[in-house]
This record gives sequence, structure tokens and C-alpha cells, in this order.
Amino acid sequence: MADARAGYDPFATSGAGARTRAKIGVYIVLVLFAAYFLLPLLVVILNSFRQLPEIAQNGLIAWPRSFNLDGWYRAWNNYCVGGTCAGVQGNFYNSLKMTIPATIISTAIGALNGYILSKWRFWGSEVLFAFMTLGVFMPGQIALLPWAFILGTIGLTNSTYGLILVHTVQGLSFTTLFCRNFYVNIPDDLIKAARIDGAGFWRIFWKIILPLSPPILIVTVIWQFTGIWNEFLYGVVFTSGREQPITASLVALSTNGTNVRDYDVMSAAVLIGALPPLLIYFFGGKYFVRGLTQGAIK
Amino acid sequence: MASIAQDHIIAPPRPFSERLGSFLPQFLLVPSFIASFFYVFIFTAWTLYISLSNSTLLPAYKYAGFVQYVNLWKNARWNIAFSNLFLFSSLYVLGALLIGLLLAIAIDQRVRFESTWRTIYLYPLAVSFVVTGTVWSWLYSPTSGIEFFMHGLGWSSFQFSWITSRDFAIYLVVITAIWQSSGFAMALLLAGLRSVDQDLVKAAQIDGAGVFRTYWRIILPSIRPIFIAVIVVLLQFAIKTFDLVVTLTQGGPGVSTTMPANYVYDLMFQRGQIAQGAAAAVMILSALACVLVPYALWQTWRARREAAHG
Repeated sequence: MADARAGYDPFATSGAGARTRAKIGVYIVLVLFAAYFLLPLLVVILNSFRQLPEIAQNGLIAWPRSFNLDGWYRAWNNYCVGGTCAGVQGNFYNSLKMTIPATIISTAIGALNGYILSKWRFWGSEVLFAFMTLGVFMPGQIALLPWAFILGTIGLTNSTYGLILVHTVQGLSFTTLFCRNFYVNIPDDLIKAARIDGAGFWRIFWKIILPLSPPILIVTVIWQFTGIWNEFLYGVVFTSGREQPITASLVALSTNGTNVRDYDVMSAAVLIGALPPLLIYFFGGKYFVRGLTQGAIK
Repeated sequence: MASIAQDHIIAPPRPFSERLGSFLPQFLLVPSFIASFFYVFIFTAWTLYISLSNSTLLPAYKYAGFVQYVNLWKNARWNIAFSNLFLFSSLYVLGALLIGLLLAIAIDQRVRFESTWRTIYLYPLAVSFVVTGTVWSWLYSPTSGIEFFMHGLGWSSFQFSWITSRDFAIYLVVITAIWQSSGFAMALLLAGLRSVDQDLVKAAQIDGAGVFRTYWRIILPSIRPIFIAVIVVLLQFAIKTFDLVVTLTQGGPGVSTTMPANYVYDLMFQRGQIAQGAAAAVMILSALACVLVPYALWQTWRARREAAHG
């Protein structure tokens, strides 16, 4: 790995003893915090396979003495969430139906916008860009009533399509920002040469820009997918019951507090809701980090 | 003069389609422009206008002045929410920054399995606040979580019931939010630590500066812009905090952990007072502006200064 870089070695000038002590201290810190960060994940994973009586007896933080897939089965098929007893599978599919199109559309438009705003600048394009990125900072609450009105007018309340529209429009600022900042670093001479050779707007986009784009497109897709999948406010306001995406429907688990808590089923349901972004993170973590650091470090 | 006239004669008039084609880029931006314009300006203006109306359950467009804002600031729950925002933001930003820095420095000590540590600390960011809040609320619950676990270990007098305490529940929201965001701070700060000019650091080392001195005097000051960027992003998260509170405490016990965003939601969709909800939403936007406008100005100033000094 990149560990071998010739960077700062803080204890280069200290003695061997101090060096070892410092190293041990560093690893103690790392391990303690790793335990803190992993505890909740471990707890839900283990409890999703335990039996309820055992959880009731030994509590949530305990080594499993039983193993079954009952919790997963019920969470997927027939657990009662918010009044209906059909498990979370419908909500899971809603989330897929919402997240995939919204991610693809907003990323595609963002790439095109970024290409135009970096390589086909015109009078006022910088102002336009600055203004489009304002959308990144808007709090969701300010857009709630207008969205409710618009979705009601065009008949997309309580529908996955409505949420696709909302997330696509809101995502545009992000995707445009990411792509534009990436394309700005592609040398203009490349574009000029292509234009002299007679290539037009689309040809340059397909033949030069897109082949260079995978790094930024992966970052954008990961970012959009996790963001839209995990979004809660719009899901809970604009849809209800069976139409809800899974993140919105999971809240029913924490708010129907009076009954006996089926921690086994609830753990499985929570994991089902968390799994797609987690998988994306574990497989594309490198790009996820890159997406994070891109904006802040220049 | 002659050549211009000649050009005029020789160059054939461009066909209409070609002239249209030269506007293609601008033309393609129009839909995005309209969408963003609506989203940023029209929506804000709309909510602002509703906050100045006497709307209750449905929007009414009769101007009513600032009465909603007056009522908002008279409301005890809103005042709790707003003071919670200050308490929460300061502790959360400080906590996430300190833990993030500690982890970044630890990882920067040429440790083994670097990418494994990074993955572990950063994964909470990929998980939704809903999931985080739900799971932590189970762990904080005295009857099944940490307190129960400690009793099981034999420490039967151990008490950990902050979740049911009006005074302490807010700190659990803080701790949970720190759990979610420290990895973010760590990732950015680590990238910053690695961008520091190594010659500078080595020079300090040769001059005999110790570890703490090197970090405190040389390395950390040179990544000050990254600290500020992290603080700004974390403050934004703090101001927008909503789902975490919903799932962790439902704003309770009582109203003790309500945040401004929760107040907006309750007023608009539970109590049918959309005008006052809109007023609260405008206050959230103002709070964000208080953070972002100075930051944007500072960034611009810095860019200008850098350009001036080459």
C-alpha cells in the first residue's frame, strides 16, 4: 500500500524505547475507536440471527447462543410496519425504483452540465455555475411546501415517480458541481485540437470527455446513490405506507415503542435498509473517500 | 478594410441550422437552469411568502406581516429547539473534529492495515441517520442495551438512562452524531496531513522540535483551511439534523431534544400550522447563511490573495 511513502516519521529522532511505546499507544487508540465504531454494526448483525427469547433474557449486547434466519424471513415477508404486514420487501423495491433512475438521470445531466460549464464557457456561465451550486446548501425544509404543491398539482403525490423527480432536481447541483470541477482539469488544448479537426459538441463529449470520465462518474454515482437511498425527509413527507422507500418506513420501527420489541426482526429490517449503501461503500470505498475529499482539498 | 469587405463577399451566409447549433451548449443548459432556478429562488421565495401569510392547514396567500415570526419566537418549544441547536452544534463539531484529528494523526504514524482502519472509521457515513438512530436507541435503552449489559457483567448498580432524562438526552444525540461524522473529519484531515510540505516538517525535526511541537506548530497550522472546511460542513449537518432526532429520541423526553428541523416538520405536517412552519424553515435557512456566506467570502478573499501573490 501507500504506507511506504517517505513521509513524516514523528519518532525518527527519538530512542527505540520511546518509539515502541508510542507505537503501542497509537494501536491502542486505533483498536478502541474501532470497537466503538463497530459495536452497533456487530450488535445488529448478531441480533438479526438470534432468537427473541434469548435476546430478551441476555440483552442486545451478548454473544449469540442461538442461530436462525427467522428474523430475516419475517422482516422481508410479513413483519408489520406502519399498519401493513407485508414485511419491508415492498419498501426495499420502492427504494430501488426511486434511487436507480434518480441516480442515473441526475448523473447524466450533471456530466453534460459539467462539460458545458467547463469546456463551452459563454458570457455568464461562471455566474450560472455559482448559482447552480447554491442548491447544494439548501435545507430540505425550505423546499417542502413548494414540492408538496407541485407534486400535488402534477398528480405525483405518494408515488415513487414524484420522489424521482424531487431527487433528480435536487441532485443536479451536486452532480454538476462534481463533474464541472473534474472536467475543468482536462486540458483545453485537447478540446481545441479536436475542434480544429472538425469535431463538434457531441463528438467531443463522446470521444474525449466520456472516456476520461469514469473516475468522476463513479464518485458521483456512489454519492448520489447513498444520498438518495438514505434520504428520509422527503420520503416520509411525500409518501406513506406501502409507497414509502425503506429508509422512511424504518422509522416506524423506532416509534411504535409500546409493544414488545421484536429485536430479531427489527435488526434484520434495519440491515436490509442499510445493506445497499454499505455494500457500495465496502466495494467502492476508495471512490467514496475521493468524492469526500474532492471538494475540500484543492 | 478591403479584407473585411472581401470576407463579407466570400463567406457564404451560415445556414440557420448551424447558427442554431452554435447555441447548443446554452440551449442544453436551459432545463437544468430552470430546475435550479425554481429550486433555489422560487421555492425559497414561496416559503418566505407563506411565512408572511396567515396560512394554517393549507396555503393562504393573504399577507399577514411578521406575526408568524413573532409567534415563533414566543413559542417555548422553538426556543428550546434553537438553544438545542447551539448546544448540539458546538459539542458535535468540537467532538467530531477532535476524534477525527486524533484518528487521522494515529493513522498517519505509518500504521499497518491503514485502509482497514480508515474503512472502519468511515463506514458510518454510508449508513442513514435513520439506521444509526434506531440502533443506538436500542443500545441506550436501559432495559436492553448498555445498562442491561453492565448489570449482566455483575455491576448491578450501574446506571445509564440518559435517554429518559430531559437534561441528558441531548448529549446522547451529540454522541451519536459524533459517531456518525468523526470518520468524515478523519478522512479530510488525513488527506490534509499528507499534503503538508515534508521539507518543512523535516527541518523542524532537525531543529529538535518534539512530536507535539511539530504537530502543533508546523503541521496543524498549515492545514488550517481544511479545519475550516470540515467545521463548515459539520455545522451544515448540525443545522439540518432531523432524522437522527426522530429515530433516536423522537424529540423527547418531552420536547427536550427537539431541533429546529423537527419543529418545522411538526408544525407543517402534524399540527397544520404551515405559516409558522415556513417561518421556522426560513430561520434554518438564515442559520445556514450565517455559516456559509462568511465562508464563501473568506474563500473568495483567499483565492484573490493567492492570485495576487502568484
